[in-house]
Amino acid sequence: MLGKLTWAAIPFDQPIPLIAAGAVGVVLMGVMGWIVVRGHLPYLWREWITSVDHKRIGVMYCLLALVMLLRGFTDAIMMRSQQALAYNSQGYLPPDHYNQIFSAHGTLMIFFVSMPFVIGLMNFAMPLQLGIRDVAFPTLNSVSFWLTATGALLVNISLVVGEFARTGWLPYPPLSEMTYSPGVGVDYYLWALQISGVGTLMSGVNLVTTILKIHAPGMTYLRMPMFCWTSLASNLLIVAAFPILTATLAMLMLDRYLGFHFFTNEAGGNTMMFMNLIWAWGHPEVYILILPVFGVFSEVVSTFSRKPLFGYRSMVLATMVIFVLAFSVWLHHFFTMGAGGDVNAIFGILSMIIAVPTGVKVFNWLFTMYGGRVTFDTPMMWAVGFMVTFVLGGMTGVLLAVPPADFVLHNSLFLVAHFHNVVIGGVLFGAFAGYAYWFPKAFGFRLDERLGKMAFWCWLVGFYVAFMPLYVLGLMGMTRRMQHYDVAAWRPWLLIAAVGALIILAGIVLQVAQLVVSIRNRESLRDVTGDPWNGRSLEWATSSPPPAFNFAVLPVVAGEEAYWSMKERAREQVQAEQEEPAYAEIEMPRNSPTGFICAFFATIFGFAMIWHIWWMAIAALVCAFFTFVVFAWRNRTEYEVPAEEVARIDRAHRAVLDRAYATMQAAQ
Amino acid sequence: MARKPGWAARCGVLAAACLALAACQPAVLDPAGPVAAQERTILFDSLLIMMAIVGPTILATLGFAWWFRASNKRAFYLPNFAHSGRIELVTWGIPLLTITLLGGVAWIGSHQLDPAQPLDSKMPPLNVQVVSLDWKWLFIYPEQHMAAVNQLVVMAGQPVHFQVTSASVMNSFFVPQLGSMLYNMNGMSGELNLQADQPGTYWGLSTHFSGDGFSDMMFEVRALDAPGFNAWVDAARKDGPVLNAATYAELAKQSIKDPQSTFRDVDPTLYWRVVNQEIAPGPGPVESGGGQAGQEAKSLGSGAAQTAAADPAICTTGER
Repeated sequence: MLGKLTWAAIPFDQPIPLIAAGAVGVVLMGVMGWIVVRGHLPYLWREWITSVDHKRIGVMYCLLALVMLLRGFTDAIMMRSQQALAYNSQGYLPPDHYNQIFSAHGTLMIFFVSMPFVIGLMNFAMPLQLGIRDVAFPTLNSVSFWLTATGALLVNISLVVGEFARTGWLPYPPLSEMTYSPGVGVDYYLWALQISGVGTLMSGVNLVTTILKIHAPGMTYLRMPMFCWTSLASNLLIVAAFPILTATLAMLMLDRYLGFHFFTNEAGGNTMMFMNLIWAWGHPEVYILILPVFGVFSEVVSTFSRKPLFGYRSMVLATMVIFVLAFSVWLHHFFTMGAGGDVNAIFGILSMIIAVPTGVKVFNWLFTMYGGRVTFDTPMMWAVGFMVTFVLGGMTGVLLAVPPADFVLHNSLFLVAHFHNVVIGGVLFGAFAGYAYWFPKAFGFRLDERLGKMAFWCWLVGFYVAFMPLYVLGLMGMTRRMQHYDVAAWRPWLLIAAVGALIILAGIVLQVAQLVVSIRNRESLRDVTGDPWNGRSLEWATSSPPPAFNFAVLPVVAGEEAYWSMKERAREQVQAEQEEPAYAEIEMPRNSPTGFICAFFATIFGFAMIWHIWWMAIAALVCAFFTFVVFAWRNRTEYEVPAEEVARIDRAHRAVLDRAYATMQAAQ
Repeated sequence: MARKPGWAARCGVLAAACLALAACQPAVLDPAGPVAAQERTILFDSLLIMMAIVGPTILATLGFAWWFRASNKRAFYLPNFAHSGRIELVTWGIPLLTITLLGGVAWIGSHQLDPAQPLDSKMPPLNVQVVSLDWKWLFIYPEQHMAAVNQLVVMAGQPVHFQVTSASVMNSFFVPQLGSMLYNMNGMSGELNLQADQPGTYWGLSTHFSGDGFSDMMFEVRALDAPGFNAWVDAARKDGPVLNAATYAELAKQSIKDPQSTFRDVDPTLYWRVVNQEIAPGPGPVESGGGQAGQEAKSLGSGAAQTAAADPAICTTGER
């Protein structure tokens, strides 16, 4: 009746996951209880859960990322403390538990922190920057988000029911095959990623379509803000690369569920094919994550230097070169397979060539600051911290692209330090910059600057203290994923690294405090004008938070830096009050529970497949399909915002703007 | 304000590097053979080439951010400076030149240090066949007709030609002070050439995660002089079990922390029968299969690990 699921699946003998899950459960119940008792449930359902508004979905993506960051970071702290303790001893985490922790850490941080964070930022900001009302397929957007949430939920269910993969964040066969991993851990991994992968792919299709097909009048490709360009490249990569991941994982599923032999030791299975396929997705994935934050930094550096982005066309070109080259370097993840001098050299050199457009980007940010008036608000702090840190990470990356150097550093903690250097120093710093930069746009008030800067310093210092020792350990021959060790010389460095993790923890605590303090002080942090940073692109042309339809009248774009040039014109004409446009009614997509209901059934489907509960899987699949059919046969897809309503909202915003303008003039 | 992270960072890096170099000998930077020595040279050369561009970039980042801070009244303001053909030529040109230089290093290095490339030496190489098992190392000496578990003994000054495979899951064979690592893969045989110049004791490990016993896959490498090596072979040939299909099957079962041991004789076809999958790959956890069995296997696995840690004598492998 329940397949493989029995009471033995719950780890009553292991206090750590049980207590952790218990605590999470209590917090979750508390929050749910609070929501229900205070009567917020209908509001949440109406305005958020069923929302198809790209801004709301973007915010939910970022929220998911932040919550999962806490979970993934808990894993990180456990790993660092285990390695700090496990000199000549077993530490406190036995191998079967430790191996789950590093697998879950990698899986969560890549798929459920970095991915939702950048997709959330793109979802939120990109349509605003393009000057449009929504993405191309609003309901699909909601489905994408909820399927991602399903994946995250499945990974977290594995904490209490059964186990997670013990194979690393990429489950290399034959270790991940049934013979060597008979438990449900790998299945949790596979279904979590397959389901969220569908969401990611649909999100990619959606955002590519949006950028290519929907623009404000006059918004030609070469007038798009840099963030839109990097979003385009990133989403094109998603569309091209994620099917490879889905196919590869599907093959591994066939091996595990139906006794196929794609990657097994027996019957002609070939492990090397898995490595090639997974990295044919995996390397583009790196650029899927980093390209959007390159866009964020382009916006941030330009805004806080009070200058246009230097070398805009160079930047566009560099972005597209990275996009193309991303698919030609996957082999550098396994130089040590023994492919031979020619193959290794060619892929090594191709990998280095990617450093050229990346270097161009760094130089262009540098020259954006040159001759600027740089102010160090929190987003800019992250940007400068990023530029310094990322360049170091890039350097060690190019070092690893030199095959003979990789022969002695591959899989070592040097490699671990390198990719954390670019993922924390690049993707995460960028995501935090975007979070601080667009937070006032999303919620109408700024984040507390003082706590934000303190958090930044903790992250920056913590990063260096935690990961520079790992570079050293790599040079000392320490490999990744060791549950214990008996080399005395490694220990001091692992102790320092653990201290670094604690400093980062302080940063995270400060970020939580920043959010709480900012919400409490929201009246004094209020952004009345909708343009708190003296911004240059169109998202700052509307109110904070923007109305559901974003712009009362679609802006007309006459050049690069659409909003900046509008402000310039207004200044030149010494015209505080622009004449009122002709308001018309606006059609907006209706909210739909399709995404949430589909994801609900997808969760049950995934869970049932993991535990081989076939009847439940079939039932869930039928229900999910039926949800789609109901959605497909809907009669009304849009609602109309009457012209008077649009006018009322826009006039209110204009009145606020005029008052702000008047006070500013009076102050001068 | 922006200067601080940079200085802290740079000092940190510098201090870390100096400490690492001075206090303890980082294995990768302390080569004991020609391959590792050349790889260290390439590592340093590549770093040097890149530091020439990375160092100034970091300094310029901090310098520009500091000098052009809004409160600095002495700094000029160019609110519309956004294009410059000359600068953009440089921004593309410098990375391109660096990569051209580094690409040359990579091309030459990849060929010279291809693991399959035999080493220059007057002596014929010692052949060693390396089989990674769950979770131990088997070193077969085909010409000496013997084998060793978890200890690799070679002759100092003589090149060693390794053939590398796996009996079950992937591993990666690596002796940091000797240089290049290579993947162990079931059904594949890789070629790796290394050499220890001086007599000494080193350590090796698996650098590819292979399951619960992975952390205990460190092994001892002893480079002996010629008489010492021959004496070791003779001693090993005198007693101990024979490695044949039966003893190999026992060896292939999962076990952790196996003590060093030797086999006085070896079936000469064994390595290739493993590679060609004529011998079944390692069986994996004791009770494989789904559901309940899987859960039991899990608890058995961790139980075994803990027992092994507590008392190495309980290990299950072979006769000794």
